[in-house]
Amino acid sequence: MDMRVKPRQKLVMVGNGMAGVRTLEELLKIAPGLYDVTVFGAEPHPNYNRILLSPVLAGEQTLDQIVLNPWQWYEENGITLHAGRKVAAIDRVRRVVRAEDGTEAAYDRLLLATGSNAFMLPVPGHDLPGVIAYRDIADTQAMIAAAAKYRQAVVVGGGLLGLEAANGLQRRGMDVTVVHVLPTLMERQLDAAAGRLLQQSLEARGLKFLMGAQTQELVAGDDGRVAAVKFRDGSQLDAQLVVMAVGIRPNTQLAESAGVHCQRGIVVHDTLQTVTDARIYAVGECASHRGVAYGLVAPLFEQAKVAANHLAQFGIGRYAGSLTSTKLKVTGIDLFSAGNFSGGGNTEEIVLSDPTAGVYKKLVLQGDKLVGACLYGDTVDGSWYFKLLREGRSVKDLRDRLMYGESNLGDTGHQGQNKAASMADADEVCGCNGVSKGAICKAIQDKGLFTLDEVRKHTKASASCGSCTGLVEQILMFKAGGDYSATPKKKALCGCTDHGHQDVRDAIRQHRLLTIAAAMQFLEWRTPNGCPTCRPAINYYLISTWPKEAKDDPQSRAINERSHANIQKDGTYSVIPRMWGGETTADELRRIADVVDKYQIPTVKVTGGQRIDLLGVKKEDLPAVWKDIGMPSGHAYAKALRTVKTCVGSEWCRFGTQDSTQMGKDLERALWRMYAPHKVKIAVSGCPRNCAESGIKDVGVIGVDSGWELYVGGNGGIKTEVAQFFCKVKTAQEVLEHAGAFLQLYREEGWYLERTVHYIHRVGLDHVKKKVLDDPANRKALWDRLQAALDGEPDPWFDFDRAGVDARQFGKLEMVKA
Amino acid sequence: MTSWTRICRVDDIPVLGSRRVARAAGVDVAVFRNDQDQVFALLDRCPHKGGPLSQGIVFGTSVACPLHNWTIGLDDGCAKAPDEGCTPRFAVHVEAGEVYLDAVELASLSIDVQAPVAGPARRVLPIAPAA
Repeated sequence: MDMRVKPRQKLVMVGNGMAGVRTLEELLKIAPGLYDVTVFGAEPHPNYNRILLSPVLAGEQTLDQIVLNPWQWYEENGITLHAGRKVAAIDRVRRVVRAEDGTEAAYDRLLLATGSNAFMLPVPGHDLPGVIAYRDIADTQAMIAAAAKYRQAVVVGGGLLGLEAANGLQRRGMDVTVVHVLPTLMERQLDAAAGRLLQQSLEARGLKFLMGAQTQELVAGDDGRVAAVKFRDGSQLDAQLVVMAVGIRPNTQLAESAGVHCQRGIVVHDTLQTVTDARIYAVGECASHRGVAYGLVAPLFEQAKVAANHLAQFGIGRYAGSLTSTKLKVTGIDLFSAGNFSGGGNTEEIVLSDPTAGVYKKLVLQGDKLVGACLYGDTVDGSWYFKLLREGRSVKDLRDRLMYGESNLGDTGHQGQNKAASMADADEVCGCNGVSKGAICKAIQDKGLFTLDEVRKHTKASASCGSCTGLVEQILMFKAGGDYSATPKKKALCGCTDHGHQDVRDAIRQHRLLTIAAAMQFLEWRTPNGCPTCRPAINYYLISTWPKEAKDDPQSRAINERSHANIQKDGTYSVIPRMWGGETTADELRRIADVVDKYQIPTVKVTGGQRIDLLGVKKEDLPAVWKDIGMPSGHAYAKALRTVKTCVGSEWCRFGTQDSTQMGKDLERALWRMYAPHKVKIAVSGCPRNCAESGIKDVGVIGVDSGWELYVGGNGGIKTEVAQFFCKVKTAQEVLEHAGAFLQLYREEGWYLERTVHYIHRVGLDHVKKKVLDDPANRKALWDRLQAALDGEPDPWFDFDRAGVDARQFGKLEMVKA
Repeated sequence: MTSWTRICRVDDIPVLGSRRVARAAGVDVAVFRNDQDQVFALLDRCPHKGGPLSQGIVFGTSVACPLHNWTIGLDDGCAKAPDEGCTPRFAVHVEAGEVYLDAVELASLSIDVQAPVAGPARRVLPIAPAA
């Protein structure tokens, strides 16, 4: 064996900005120690958050607060940092980069993250003292210094950057006029109506505007410093500070001089490697991918992830472009736009305009999909619209309520509370973990967080039940601007892979994978045995796709399913026996009572689903408790059929039209032991009074005089969702077949931990109807597959051994006496 | 001086699983086995809210607490960043397929740590104002 240590490869990065450093962070996370890393940065600062320069200029934050990776970070990670050294040349033959001061560094791989340069209008006088761009810390400091000394400022450019600069300078006491060549502001992000509203509210704050004005010359004063701006129509404006914010250009000078192909950016493949030289990568604003150079942070982070993946030699990530959204970082002005907000072509627009209240909203739809949004004055639903846009799912069913936002979709938990901007710092955002808005804002600021995932990890907000996710996203958007990178279009299953749920499902089905190890190997998992997120998901996909062939892996199930009882906060368990359709007998009640006495079970409670819950059972007692109760498992702990709730129906009720109790018992007997992507709840009501609350169940059945109505996709949980009408059938047998076929479709197509309502949202109710209602042969095939899967499936409480319950887990090891 | 006490065979612990070891006093010890047949031992108590780590999902050299999904390193007992906190780690010795723990540690380490009390949390009644 060759015992020589292979020398580490050398990675050199040019540019010390957000895209490049994020790539390094991702790389260090997945392949630490693979490279010796050297970084060249033209600015004499460590990596900082460029997005937050506007709040710094406005005096709302300090420079120290926006540093993302302090000097110490580079040291701790063994990165050689040459700050304040601009790279002058790349020698691709010798594979060396050389800085202006002569510093050289050899590379095996080179990462270009040179960002972009502010574009200066080539008018006479553009190089006078007092004329600056707005791009980096030095520019920001120059503006702050000028604001302390001079009175009049002109900002050329009415785009995002120009308005943020103007706002900052005005906040620092200057008299600011914004000069824009077009008739409305921010034309790349807003339509004319929203642009005018924005101008009005900025004017109300004291900013001045000169629209449709073409700058011709910058005139010098006696001291040689800029003194005025002269326009084409001959008029002029006094100014001792002129900020040029007319656009940015990818900084490709270095790449071009090294012969790397550039065309409005350094041209890269989907792997972020340059088309010219596979050893050279480019990420961020300097890169041109499929003809687009992005100027916002979210796409850069997505690129960083893929580039890191490729540098780490995993080679399975691909960047497929990004959708972007924008938010203006001017305190007190709410503005959001995303996608194709201007419409046109074969699009339709839904518009709400209330100029007096200062609210304007425009949604652009193409077919059944949302393709653009432009919000002014009320941006609460921006993140939601952006999510709909990115996911590209059909909004047909929401269309009539779309304009009124997410809170009008039946959100009970946090309704009326989701105006992130208007919340006080002390207001609670995450009810599960008691996290306040202030705590989230502080973490976003202090720790430099950008993604929902990061906020979850650091604050725990939205990390439990997830009902406040939208609110946290809003705060993130509000705080970090529209640049925050939320869930990409295709979400990876977990950190162990770049593949999404559907990829994993498809691979298991198409390649007949039968074990977790095989699936992980086939899909090139990054970790040796996954994590608590992916293992249970893969395990479910295997056993639901190949029932009776794929072997269940108990160690890849959470404790509740592994020990067939629900773990409680003190480490004891709760036991809920199955009571068919909610009915019980004196004999069963007597046995339950005896068990409570015998095992000294502290609490006996009736649950919300018509069952009896024995709480506080010690783990070592579980097998004996199950045996003594002598009733089947209620699966009250599992991603499986839970309860079938019923009313008394025609058997006793004077209004009942159908025998709902019998229907419930039949459904429960037909479907019990059915594992699913998430828990499944069913209810059967005997008449439209709906006493069993069938409207908020995964499958709701309501008896009517002429038969049964079926509803699907209801949810009484985190966010109450009313079930949608599915079909009406005549016989009890049809109820079984339709409900069963629907659930089998969900079992086969649903993603792990996706409730029926979310599954239906994703694929559309039409899809489900097509598969179950319009195609009787397919319905029967689904029903047959479900029966085949459930046939002979053991009950874990009765068929201990056949169900593969590992008996070792219940007892404790005793120490062997010497 | 270390005196090793035999606990069980490595095979008695499920791969990517754990067993609980009862002690004369104090909270149980959890012994884990990963897919490389390495064995680790930790106090069976998550530093977060006391969850029984023995009941978590084992992956790599970590275990996820079954209560709130904190990830605890099996080799050092410490929570993975950004969570903070550690749980005591017990010395493990494996020889000829047998697992041994240190008798001194078993008898003394963290026996003062309270296990969560079984049963419902005691209901606290509001204190009546003094008459």
